[in-house]
Amino acid sequence: MSAADLLDLGLAGLVIAVAAFTIFSRSTYAAVVAFVAYGLLVSLRWVLLRAVDVALTEAAIGSGLTGVLLLGAAAKLRERAGGGDEAAHLCPPAMRPFAAVVAGLVTLGLAAAVVGLPDPAPTLAPLAAAGLPDTGLGNPVTATLIAYRATDTLLEKVVLVLALLGLWSLAAEDVWRGRPGLKQRADPDGVLAYLARRLVPVGVLIGLYVFWVGADHPGGAFQGATIVAAMWLLAMMAGLADTPPVSERGVRLVLAGGAGVFFAVGLAGLALGDAFLAYPAAHAKAIIIAIEVAMTVTVAATLAFLVAGTPERPA
Amino acid sequence: MSLSGGATLFGVAGAVLVGLGVYGLIVSPQPLRKLLALNVIGTGAFLLFGTVARRGADAGLPADPVPQALVITGIVVAFAATALAAAIMLRLARVAGSADLDDAPAGEAAEADVAERRE
Repeated sequence: MSAADLLDLGLAGLVIAVAAFTIFSRSTYAAVVAFVAYGLLVSLRWVLLRAVDVALTEAAIGSGLTGVLLLGAAAKLRERAGGGDEAAHLCPPAMRPFAAVVAGLVTLGLAAAVVGLPDPAPTLAPLAAAGLPDTGLGNPVTATLIAYRATDTLLEKVVLVLALLGLWSLAAEDVWRGRPGLKQRADPDGVLAYLARRLVPVGVLIGLYVFWVGADHPGGAFQGATIVAAMWLLAMMAGLADTPPVSERGVRLVLAGGAGVFFAVGLAGLALGDAFLAYPAAHAKAIIIAIEVAMTVTVAATLAFLVAGTPERPA
Repeated sequence: MSLSGGATLFGVAGAVLVGLGVYGLIVSPQPLRKLLALNVIGTGAFLLFGTVARRGADAGLPADPVPQALVITGIVVAFAATALAAAIMLRLARVAGSADLDDAPAGEAAEADVAERRE
C-alpha cells in the first residue's frame, strides 16, 4: 500500500467517524459543529477525487453556509427552549433495531451498486473536452454548467428564487415586507467588527478572483458568489451593515436578475440561433461571461438572504 | 490500488454515509437532527457521483466533468432546501412553542397560530 492509499483509507475512516458523531451526539449544538468539520473533510475527499470545483463548492456552501444557517437555527431553538442544550432524545428503543436494518440494507444496496459499476466506465469526458474550444472556456466543469447543461443551471436559479419565496412567505403578517433576521448588536470596537472591517475587502476580492479564474481553472460563479455572500453576512453579523427590507425594489431586481438574463439569452438563442440557450460560436465567450456576471451577483444575494432568514422586523 | 479500485473505496464510503444518514433520519424526532441527517445522506449520494466521475477519467481529464457539474448544482439546491426547512422549523417552534415533532400535536399548534394572529 502506498502513502496515498493510506491517506485515502484514513480520510474515509475519519469522514465516517465524524458523520457518526453528527448522527449520534447527544448535544444538538455539538452535532451541528461536527457537521461543519464533516463538510470540510468531505471537501478534502473531493480533492482526492480530482474534482476541485466540487471541493470548493462543498467547502463554501455545504460546510460553510449550511453550518452558519444551522448554527443560527440551533441557537434560536435553544433560546426558545429556555437556555439548556436540548439533549437528543431518540425514538423508542424497540424501533432502533428496525431503523438500523433499514439503514444497513440501503448501505448494502448502494455498495453493491458501486462494486458492480461497469468496467470500462461510461464517460462523457471526451465529448466535454472536444467541445471546449467552441465555448472559449478552459475549465470543462464550468463549460458543462454554463454551456452544455445550461438548462440545469437556469432551473437551479429558479429553485433558489422559489426557496427564497417560500422562506419569506413564512413571515408573520405585520412584518412580511420587513427586514430578515434580528438586528445584530455587536460591539463596534470588538473583535468581530474589527475582523469584518479587515476581512471583507480582501474576501470580496478573493470571491471575484475565484469567479474570474473559473473560466479556465477550478472555481466559478457559485464558489465566487458564496464567498461574496459570506463576506456580506459577516458585515451584517458585525453590525456594520443591515439586511435590506425584502420589499425593496432593488433587492428584488437583483434576486430575479440572474434567472432573467439567463432566460433572455435562452430566448434570443431560440429567435436568432438554433435552439433555446444556443450560443452563437463567435460570441460564446462574451455571452457566457455576461450570464456568469449576472448569475454571480444574483447567487451571492440569494444565498445571503437564504441564510438571513424570514423577515422579522418592520422595514 | 488502481484508479477504479480507489474510486470504488470512495463509493463504498459514500454508501456508508447514506446509511448513517438514513438511520439518523428515522430515529431522531428533532427536526434539526433530521435536517443534519438529510444533509449527511446528500453528501454521501454526492460522493457516489464523485466515484462515477472519477471512474470516467478520459481524454486527459482527471474526472468526467458532467457528474461534477450535476453535484455542484445538487449542493446548491440542497442548501436552498435546507434553508427552507430550517425556516419552517423555526416557524413551527414559534407557533407551537417547540419544534419537537414528538410534543407538537397538530391541534395545539393550530390553536397557537390562531392565538398569535389575534395578538
